[in-house]
Amino acid sequence: MEAQIDYSQLIPNNVGLSSDRKLQRALESWHPKFMNWWQTNGPDSYQENEVYLRTAVSVDKKGWAHFGPVKMPDYRWGIFLAESHEQDKRIKFGEHQGEKVWQEVPAEYRAPLRRLIVTQGDTEPASVEQQRILAATAPSLVDMRNLFQVNVEEARHLWAMVYLLMAHFGRDGREEAEELLQRSSGDPDKPRILGAFNEQTPDWLSFYMFTYFTDRDGKYQLASLTESAFDPLARTCQFMLTEEAHHMHVGETGVARIIQKACDIMNQYKTDDVRRHGGIDLPTLQKYVNFHFSVSEDLFGAEISTNAANYYTQGLKGRYQENRIKDDHRLKDEPYEVSTFRDQKIAKEEVSALTSINERLRDDYIEDCQRGVNRWNKLIKDAGIEFEIKLPHRAFHRQIGTFSSACVAPDGSVISSDQWEEKKLEWLPSQQDHEYVKSLMVQVTEPGKFASWIAAPRIGINSQAIDYEYVRL
Amino acid sequence: MPASQDIQKRKNHYIASFGINFLTHPKQYKHWAIKIEEDIAWLGLNVSESDTLGDGYQLKLNSYDLGVDIELNDAIQRIRFEHPSIRCVIIHSLNERVFCAGANIKMLGYSNHAHKVNFCKFTNETRNAIENATKNSSQTYLCAIQGSCAGGGYELALACDEIYLADDGSSAVSLPELPLLAVLPGTGGLTRLVDKRLVRKDRADFFCTTEEGIKGKRALEWGLVDRIIPASSFAEQVMSRAKEVAAGKNPESAAVGIQFTPLNRSFKENSIDYSHLSITIDRTLSSATFTLHSNHTDLPHDLAGIMSQGSDFWPLLIARELEDAILHMRFNEDQIGTWIFKTSGESTDVLKAESLLKNHESAPVIKEIVLYLERTLKRIDVSARSLIAAIEPGSCFCGILAELALACDQSYMLLGQFDEDERPEAFITLTDFNFGSLRMVNELTRLESRFYGQKELLTAVEESTLNRLDPKTAEELGLVTFTPDDIDWEDELRIAIESRAVFSPDALSGMEANLRFVGPETIESKIFSRLSAWQNWIFQRPNAVGEDGALSLYGSGERPKFQKGRV
Repeated sequence: MEAQIDYSQLIPNNVGLSSDRKLQRALESWHPKFMNWWQTNGPDSYQENEVYLRTAVSVDKKGWAHFGPVKMPDYRWGIFLAESHEQDKRIKFGEHQGEKVWQEVPAEYRAPLRRLIVTQGDTEPASVEQQRILAATAPSLVDMRNLFQVNVEEARHLWAMVYLLMAHFGRDGREEAEELLQRSSGDPDKPRILGAFNEQTPDWLSFYMFTYFTDRDGKYQLASLTESAFDPLARTCQFMLTEEAHHMHVGETGVARIIQKACDIMNQYKTDDVRRHGGIDLPTLQKYVNFHFSVSEDLFGAEISTNAANYYTQGLKGRYQENRIKDDHRLKDEPYEVSTFRDQKIAKEEVSALTSINERLRDDYIEDCQRGVNRWNKLIKDAGIEFEIKLPHRAFHRQIGTFSSACVAPDGSVISSDQWEEKKLEWLPSQQDHEYVKSLMVQVTEPGKFASWIAAPRIGINSQAIDYEYVRL
Repeated sequence: MPASQDIQKRKNHYIASFGINFLTHPKQYKHWAIKIEEDIAWLGLNVSESDTLGDGYQLKLNSYDLGVDIELNDAIQRIRFEHPSIRCVIIHSLNERVFCAGANIKMLGYSNHAHKVNFCKFTNETRNAIENATKNSSQTYLCAIQGSCAGGGYELALACDEIYLADDGSSAVSLPELPLLAVLPGTGGLTRLVDKRLVRKDRADFFCTTEEGIKGKRALEWGLVDRIIPASSFAEQVMSRAKEVAAGKNPESAAVGIQFTPLNRSFKENSIDYSHLSITIDRTLSSATFTLHSNHTDLPHDLAGIMSQGSDFWPLLIARELEDAILHMRFNEDQIGTWIFKTSGESTDVLKAESLLKNHESAPVIKEIVLYLERTLKRIDVSARSLIAAIEPGSCFCGILAELALACDQSYMLLGQFDEDERPEAFITLTDFNFGSLRMVNELTRLESRFYGQKELLTAVEESTLNRLDPKTAEELGLVTFTPDDIDWEDELRIAIESRAVFSPDALSGMEANLRFVGPETIESKIFSRLSAWQNWIFQRPNAVGEDGALSLYGSGERPKFQKGRV
């Protein structure tokens, strides 16, 4: 007979797991399935190697970043809600503005809330699946460790969403929790819900672009859920955001190090031919930016959205930093300017702020993306090289919303579909580009050493040396 | 612009720009694609977002407006006539993410009540035609669902004989009308759920109050679908099932079809002319007179002749013209509340045409023509118009055309002749077609309905088959309401029409529908009566269409406020 597992020990939490029989029972059935999922869909190999990981053991300052070597299957996936600092917390927006936040799900909103949580939850394991083969071509041990860190935390985010489903959505919630493990990225029978999460992350350049651009979509989705009137969801997402910030940092510094390496090569060899010296040239990098930025913009949905408007009115999902926006937080008669595509022209149009919630979030996102791009450009400038990485126009290469029918160049000029076909491979990675990047992907496992196309990071993890053995092979 | 103003503006625009053409052709389709593979047809829905019938909305997520359904109706009709060797039709979506999101909600929100009801009626008739083809034409409809299938999308599926759902963790079927819009499914969803698919009441209740619907195993267990199929083998398994279904059918595949040629019609301000049907409109009396003409000149002699005449063969032509006229008058002439039916020509020509149908009744195309006539006459029964027959000398209310008089709420037959008119006294002739081939939605013939529960009267009528029934006999047999002579004729008819014009049109529609459909309910009759009663009521209620109603606010992001009292 198997020994009873003490879940309160195994699963660090601040949700009173040890005294919640219902939740324990649900997790007892789900946990082995999760472990099975992690073994088959999580990082390929390296499950028995110790990785220098950060684990959250509590939500206070001391507890959220606990470093040490852990085998990934032994990672302590915890369930945490951010601490509530507000006494008498009130709903900030929508129809229920001013009412007390909900600790239980109102029946009326059970379905939409479940849908929001499931859609968010589905992206978490999806990215782990998308990245599962990357370790085999890790450019260094630090990078491999960063990949694994991102992976275990995305899996923890799955736990966070599963907790909400199990604690608040009864049998339906338990079924949804199981289905989160049954769907799988790219599976023709049971694909992940959002299209972008069924694409493979084939190389490390894509991985960094993904963590910079696509995880940033996650940041904005989570941030608008932290505004939710359903308090457990708000607090769960609040805590997830701290980890998400780290993932974007991995992306930003990853790309920065590739840029650094390209600049170093250009200066060292006085050449523009970065590829000859095993680096990734800046024009290729620009193409990847174009691709990942435009695909990630699509994740925000259509410019005009009834669903988003309903979620807002119902108090389920707010805007980014609702508190800082100066308006009535109900938006019945508020205008908002959105870009539209009509008669082959890109124009601005004033529409109801309520139905343009998605677009507003996308605006915030674009602004945020630009900040990191500015930092990349500063690196290039500091290296004395004349090149500027630019975010493409929002209408460029879109599949969703008003621009999905438009052919638009990165600078925002509207072109014909013939021109698009002719030019698109100047703007988006071509097969050749992919093959070139793929050819660079060779695993480097000697501590302190790095692949030819990426510079070393400035500092190690948690003040460890650069040549620390972050993954013990 | 504030959401409410925005809605009002688009609403007005939408109504103003309305004018609907029911004729189309596969080459003109914007939303459907027909693909024929031997005895199987794939009917693919791929709604073109911006090709809408009205303004102010886009047909997102394969949602439909009347324009989409006009094409579907045309496609079903053409598959029957032009491809009679088809044994199985698969309705599916060409959009990867969604099967069909149902009727477009914004369109419903912007359209006036009459359009909403007319729209639902037409879509119901189209779905009934799907079931009718499955039952009578050996063309079984299957529905293959991948992606979400909501509201009218699932109701379309319910009209099919079998429903397959992709088991991919996200494809689901739903009827979200009540929780989302505070209305009911408008195309028979509730009735077919319990009456046709025999879904248990409690489960149906849960299903219809669950916005996101039900997927996978549970959908199968509850009988909402017939099979769940993994996504990777979906198309393949659907195809192999379609082949089984087709193989189980009587081949009849030698059957050659009839191509539908475009109808000739010309619109003037107060008249419409088809080849064998003319309509004149009297706007002061809010009435329209339909006159159907028999065909004297070019009836064929045999099946080969019929086939070579094709869609110009009189019984088929008259069905097409009458159908188009009914739809036009319903949608585009809603102020015209009374339809008067007249005929002109020789009864012998009608009899000749009928005997051609009778002699070749086993030929698939002939079967189709009769079924088409039946469906067209049903459209008259369920039209919200006062129907009056005027039977005069020179008319030919015989067999098929006599059904027009029998469909009417009241009928007037001239006793004797008009002054200075040589034509003989009018007569009615009943044929086999009045005793079983042309049934109403309650599955009774119009004569069975007329003499419901009075067998002896029906028997007496039956015994007079093929007789020339003069006005006196017709009145005695109970076939007409009044038989005024030429002195009273004009006045009586005028009063009948004028009085219809002064009564409340709503009360008239309700009364007429109550009186027209006697006897037991069928799925078909239930669908129409419940649409007329419940849905019409709910569609009018503040909780749906009031300023704070769910349908009015849909899409604005504002939340409906319901009046809580139960009525």
